[in-house]
Amino acid sequence: MSQSYNRGLIEDFGRWREFSAGMWAWIFHKFTGWVLVGYLFTHIAVLSTAIPAAGAEEAVLTAGEDVYTQTIVTLEDLLLVRILEVGLLAVAVFHILNGTRLLLVDLGIGLESQDKSFYASLILTGAITVASVPTFIAGAF
Amino acid sequence: MSTDAPQTTDETSETSTEDAPAEAPSAGDRRRAQKQERAAERAREEAEAEAAAEAAKNTVHLKVFRYDPEVEGKQEPRFDDFHVPYEKGMTVLDALMYARDTYDSSLTFRHSCRQAICGSDALFIDGSQRLGCKTQLSDLDMETPIRVEPLPHADVVKDLVVDMEHFYEQMEAVEPYFQTDDLPDEELEEQRQSRENREKVKMSTRCIWCSACMSSCNIAAGDNEYLGPAAINKAYRFAMDEREGEEMKQKRLEILEQEHGVWRCQTQFSCTNVCPKDIPLTEHIQELKREAVKNNLKFW
Ligand code: HEM
Ligand code: SF4
Ligand code: FES
Repeated sequence: MSQSYNRGLIEDFGRWREFSAGMWAWIFHKFTGWVLVGYLFTHIAVLSTAIPAAGAEEAVLTAGEDVYTQTIVTLEDLLLVRILEVGLLAVAVFHILNGTRLLLVDLGIGLESQDKSFYASLILTGAITVASVPTFIAGAF
Repeated sequence: MSTDAPQTTDETSETSTEDAPAEAPSAGDRRRAQKQERAAERAREEAEAEAAAEAAKNTVHLKVFRYDPEVEGKQEPRFDDFHVPYEKGMTVLDALMYARDTYDSSLTFRHSCRQAICGSDALFIDGSQRLGCKTQLSDLDMETPIRVEPLPHADVVKDLVVDMEHFYEQMEAVEPYFQTDDLPDEELEEQRQSRENREKVKMSTRCIWCSACMSSCNIAAGDNEYLGPAAINKAYRFAMDEREGEEMKQKRLEILEQEHGVWRCQTQFSCTNVCPKDIPLTEHIQELKREAVKNNLKFW
């Protein structure tokens, strides 16, 4: 039989420049899905500090010196966390919008405009993210 | 432009013959003659420059993937450059054939019908799966070299030829032929299809087994057992054919529902984008997914 030659990267991500809308949508959807799962774990970790905090004394709570409040305040003081939050919003918004697009595709609705609905998801995500920046960054400096 | 210049020269020469006295030429005549000569010279130069520009514009630069495991020195893949004279209406396949017939007879690629019917010449042209014979050079960016490569995600046998065996196996796996247990009563009675049903399967019947879709599919690339868009489309063609009967349809859905069947599709639309016969592959796959769900979901 003939021998064959593996062309390596050209087979796959080496041709990312040629990816079409549907391919990008798929990559972004996978990426955002897994980022959200990752966030879920950190989210649970942070929220869990509320368990010891719940047993704290009334005075400690009103003073805001319990673990939970301390953790949140410390985190929100960090500029990096504020920026990551903007990123998280972007990721979540894209995942939801494109997820809705995928559900429509699964129902066979609007298949001819699947590329346009992907671009619309991107633009909307961008707009919502930009609009959210003042809220997230307020008081960070 | 080039046609204008000689015309002006003609006109001047006409007027000068009318004006010119029959006797010895005057100083003015000489000046006019010189002027004419210079004009003609300019026109010639212009025409030459234009012809050169035209010639440059009229060659197409191909960058073609080359690889031959049987010849030492060709085992390392490389790209060869071919400059082919461009003619209006020329396709990528035409250009390849010119390059092979004129410059290098060892250049190897499959082709036959030259009219998008046989499905032999699906190639990776300028980063996309296309039929060489259905791709007009003028539709590509001729300013930059046109890259012609064998189909990605398939083993290269030689130059632009890839091993199609796996693709054909997947096509065969869905039993791509009409089967029915729903025969008409009389032996010679026709088994007719309704117009609506024919319309439904119409697009799916157009497949020419070129493998462009399979090559473009990122999932097929990662999962060698995935049936692939063409095979699923073939199955759609029969599963949706009402003449096959209910039992056959169940059998077809069983093939499609298996682990490496319709559920592998991630709706990237790569196949639909490249299919040279414009078959709405993703639409067909999605419809079969819904058929499969409807077939299995029972709430009572
Ligand atoms: C309104 C909210 C959401 C919508 C509409 C949505 C929708 C979707 C859809 C349609 C898919 C693709 C399924 C497929 O066809 O393959 C998907 C995949 C996924 N989603 Fe979501 N989702 C949402 C929220 C979330 C959240 C909150 C998380 C994380 C905790 C998440 C994590 C994932 C993951 C990990 C995947 C799989 C990615 C992969 O292909 O590997 N999603 N989502
Ligand atoms: S479905 Fe289209 S791209 Fe795929 S093999 Fe058939 S003709 Fe080629
Ligand atoms: S040569 Fe037959 S399809 Fe192109």
